[in-house]
Amino acid sequence: MNVWIAIAATAVGCYLVKYAGLLVPAHALERPLVQRLAALLPVALLAALTAQQTFSTGQTLVLDARAAGLAAAALALVLRAPFLVVVGAAVAVTAGVRALGG
Amino acid sequence: MAEQTAPPEIPAGVASRTPGPGPGKPDAAVVRDALGVGVAVGLSGFAFGVTSAGAGLTLLQTCVLSLLVFTGASQFALVGAIAAGGNPMAAAAGAFFLGVRNAFYGLRLSQLLALPRWLRPLAAHWVIDETTAVALAQPTRRQIRIGFTVTGLTLYVLWNLTTLLGALGAEALGDTDAWGLDAAGPAVFLALLAPMLRTATERAAAGLAVLLGLGLLPVLPAGVPVLVAALAAPAVLWFKGRSPGGGGGSPAGPGAGTTGATGTGGGTPGATGAGTHPATDAGSGTDDATGPGAHRTKGQDR
Repeated sequence: MNVWIAIAATAVGCYLVKYAGLLVPAHALERPLVQRLAALLPVALLAALTAQQTFSTGQTLVLDARAAGLAAAALALVLRAPFLVVVGAAVAVTAGVRALGG
Repeated sequence: MAEQTAPPEIPAGVASRTPGPGPGKPDAAVVRDALGVGVAVGLSGFAFGVTSAGAGLTLLQTCVLSLLVFTGASQFALVGAIAAGGNPMAAAAGAFFLGVRNAFYGLRLSQLLALPRWLRPLAAHWVIDETTAVALAQPTRRQIRIGFTVTGLTLYVLWNLTTLLGALGAEALGDTDAWGLDAAGPAVFLALLAPMLRTATERAAAGLAVLLGLGLLPVLPAGVPVLVAALAAPAVLWFKGRSPGGGGGSPAGPGAGTTGATGTGGGTPGATGAGTHPATDAGSGTDDATGPGAHRTKGQDR
């Protein structure tokens, strides 16, 4: 039951923050500073998320096969590979390194 | 500086006008990009289904998460915390904190999409990393809307289907980490992020965010470090405003000029207001907002 409550709280909370963003009146966003901030925030958030999902397990920092997978993804991006190839490279390399005992 | 003279080519009109001189982009290309992202990320719902089932959630709980939460990082955070034996409410708080970033995406999208009021409650559910990234990368309002809708629809349908399949197939797969599925999430984020790293400003924000996110991870509750890392954005802007050379040229050096110009264009569609009084904020010219950067980007990758 507790899990259901957590799911409900997450669903409601996550929906409300999405909706809130869309509801902020336009004039509140006219200031150039606000605009620059709104544009730069996703960059910071995505960067932090990428790093955390690659280099941590729970609250512990780790360096494992995922790092190799991400490096492969980065290489694929540099080579302008399509999206699916980028993700596929990360998954395949991670699995490969683990298979080799990494 | 360059920025004030402003982007002749990209004026506010962008939204209504057809692509500019340079990078004209057919709608079909937008749809292709959107489908690429939607399919690739949608398929990673499989990894979520597997992870969630492995964390002990029931099939129904797993599917409800994908249907109603529909923001991958939060979903992974929730089931991860539950699997780790965390208090469910703390797990929900962590998931919520991760979801807060979508509010910032919404801020930007509401200008660019300019949706009618009645449609917003529906569109809100699709305001996530991927739809934002694809939408921001489009040059015109029409194409921004196409990008958002096609990405959102494809992703929503596939994400939920593959969540179901993943949850059903979890047992069959055995140790899912052996399949490398846990690397799909970060790879997706990296692919979304890369096109945004146009100028020194974006790179500095990203670098600082990584340091904050990783450095604080061991000491703050789950989800909070990412929010603190978001402060990298205002921090970098503040630092830029201060740095000698002014809000203008600063560190970005060579890049700054060009991007600034192109930049403003992309950002402009919704931002007409800002465009009209460039003088108000001299320092600002610099910014070369992300949106635009992305816009440029688009053509190159994917």
